[in-house]
Amino acid sequence: MNILANIISLTVVFAVPLMLVALGGMYSEHSGVINLALEGIMVIGALCACFTLQAFDKNGFGPAHPQLSMLIATLVAAVTGMIFSLFLAFAAINLKADQTIGGTALNTFAPAFAVVVTWAVQGQGLTTIQIPSWIRITQENFGLEPGKGFLDMLIFKYFYLTTPIAIILFFAAWILMYKTRFGLRLRACGEHPQAADSVGINVYRMRYAGVLISGVLGGIGGIAYTIAVGSGFSSSVGGYGFLALAVMIFGNWKPVQIMGSAVFFALFKVIAAYNQSIPFLPKFEGMKDQSSLYQMLPYIVTMIVLIFTSKHSQAPKAEGIPYDKGSR
Amino acid sequence: MKDRKALAENQMFVAILASVASIAIGLIFGSILLLILNPSKAGLGISAILTTGFSSLDQFGKVLYQSAPLMLCGLSVGFAFKTGMFNIGATGQYTIGAFCALVGAIAFQLPWWMCLLLSFVGGAVWGVFPGLFKALFNVNEVITSIMFNWIGMYLVNLLLANMPIMLASAWGASNSDRTANLAQANPGAMIPKGGLDRLFGDSSWINISVFIAIIVAVICWFILEKTTFGYELKACGYNKDSARYAGINANRNIISSMIIAGALSGLGGGLYYLAGTIQYVLEKKTLAMGFNGIPVALLANSNPIGTIFSSLFISYIQVGGSAMQPNFSSESTDIIIAVIIYLAAFALLIRGFITKLLKGGQKEEVKE
Repeated sequence: MNILANIISLTVVFAVPLMLVALGGMYSEHSGVINLALEGIMVIGALCACFTLQAFDKNGFGPAHPQLSMLIATLVAAVTGMIFSLFLAFAAINLKADQTIGGTALNTFAPAFAVVVTWAVQGQGLTTIQIPSWIRITQENFGLEPGKGFLDMLIFKYFYLTTPIAIILFFAAWILMYKTRFGLRLRACGEHPQAADSVGINVYRMRYAGVLISGVLGGIGGIAYTIAVGSGFSSSVGGYGFLALAVMIFGNWKPVQIMGSAVFFALFKVIAAYNQSIPFLPKFEGMKDQSSLYQMLPYIVTMIVLIFTSKHSQAPKAEGIPYDKGSR
Repeated sequence: MKDRKALAENQMFVAILASVASIAIGLIFGSILLLILNPSKAGLGISAILTTGFSSLDQFGKVLYQSAPLMLCGLSVGFAFKTGMFNIGATGQYTIGAFCALVGAIAFQLPWWMCLLLSFVGGAVWGVFPGLFKALFNVNEVITSIMFNWIGMYLVNLLLANMPIMLASAWGASNSDRTANLAQANPGAMIPKGGLDRLFGDSSWINISVFIAIIVAVICWFILEKTTFGYELKACGYNKDSARYAGINANRNIISSMIIAGALSGLGGGLYYLAGTIQYVLEKKTLAMGFNGIPVALLANSNPIGTIFSSLFISYIQVGGSAMQPNFSSESTDIIIAVIIYLAAFALLIRGFITKLLKGGQKEEVKE
């Protein structure tokens, strides 16, 4: 039973960054901007949050107020992610630049910047920022006895502040997209910006909002990923930004489906890592490195799903096209 | 001042000037960052980037060696750009190409040119997917390419792990995390040095790969500029709908251009790993070389001849970057490259600005 609890809790902790970042991509794409820079935004958010946690750890504030420090670090990730996404917004909206190239530039920049800064701060060759262990939410936080039972494993083995934050942000996304004026306007800018403009919506401002929200969620997703991996931050988020794009497409640009597909992708990631110890998986006799097989599967499934859904794709129609007030 | 106006109207000149300007801005940005991070060592770092490539024949040999795969990845990205496709999948095609070449070399003991041919075919197969998905199902090629980058990397890792003969451990070495050293497994599969090693002071890097890459670049230029096929490809890139209206089969052109782009990246992978200097390491990371094809193509404005020079430049600063250690991480060059890509995103704007600048100067003359 414990292995099941382990798989479920690991799936949740890996689904959190995927869902957050995919939701970020969703905001951006609904406003009409393809955000390929999510990977880079995650890296920057994680970098700054890890430095914050490290500083709290050193001055003693962290161990004394662990969850408050974690909350501050998450806010730092959100703000720095947002600031970094400004570069994409400026290029894509004001300069009407090619969005995929702009995103590629940010993706090249972020990990390089993270390595260079980590070297400069920590010294030569020390490329990993360690995460303090006090950030985990334990039974003691709720006045419970630590144990090794099924529920203890299920809930507390990998319980971090980012999980409740992600749940709140998920509901916020659903309400914002479908129950508010803002959501309707945002979606209008991605579907038909000229029409949106003609009824008095400021397309540029809405697109800025879309990209900046995706920066916030990307930044939080970055620190959530780093926590999930657990071995410290070494200037990379392992392609999760790109995976999140796949999650977003797989989830058809809709919050609920995005959450479902995030869990699906996370499950495959976990199975890939633990395939040896999961009893009910097929064992291919004599095949080495089976984890690669399981790592590959979500991507292949995404491609197959894309073949079948592309005809009825819910992709925003105007995504990727710079909006020019003067053009028809 | 007639010359100036003529220059402003010469698109090629403006494009080159825009590239030089973005290189300069990238270098300045990189230098400022180094100055902020570590003022006392910044001078050393900057001079390492700028001078290492020419500091010795050995280092210059390394510049040429690395420029060959970069050139091919740049040609690949550029070729796809010309048809209006963004080939972010160069790294996957490059990985598959490298794998095919190494299988030919180690498992089948083929000569080097056969292995290169295999890498060409392998890359082409991996390039089919984005083209096919775009043409048949209208799936964005960027998404397909990214997915196939990962599928390619995991597939190669899976296959290599299950082909014991491919690994170094089968050829007398102790490690099984990388492919066999070609010098032991099959020296005939190593790309010949053509006497260049003597010319370059016994540099271990140099071989004829850079010349193969330049020949391929010229062939690409010929296809794009001098053939009907190339004209059709470019027509699709400018405006898919009007190309279709003119009777061009846009879908066929999208698929063929991606096949060629894939083949070019694949050949790049073959050239890099058949040199015998570097072994393919089984890692859980996509290879950077394919991604670096993007700045190479952008700097060259997708022009195949320009790609020759831009790949030499990128290779040059990368060799310089690795000489910056231990004062700075070698990733500092990636920051410069990122700035260059960022500026390339609004290249049209910069070109317009330069044109205006050149013309503006002339206007003032008239006033006087």
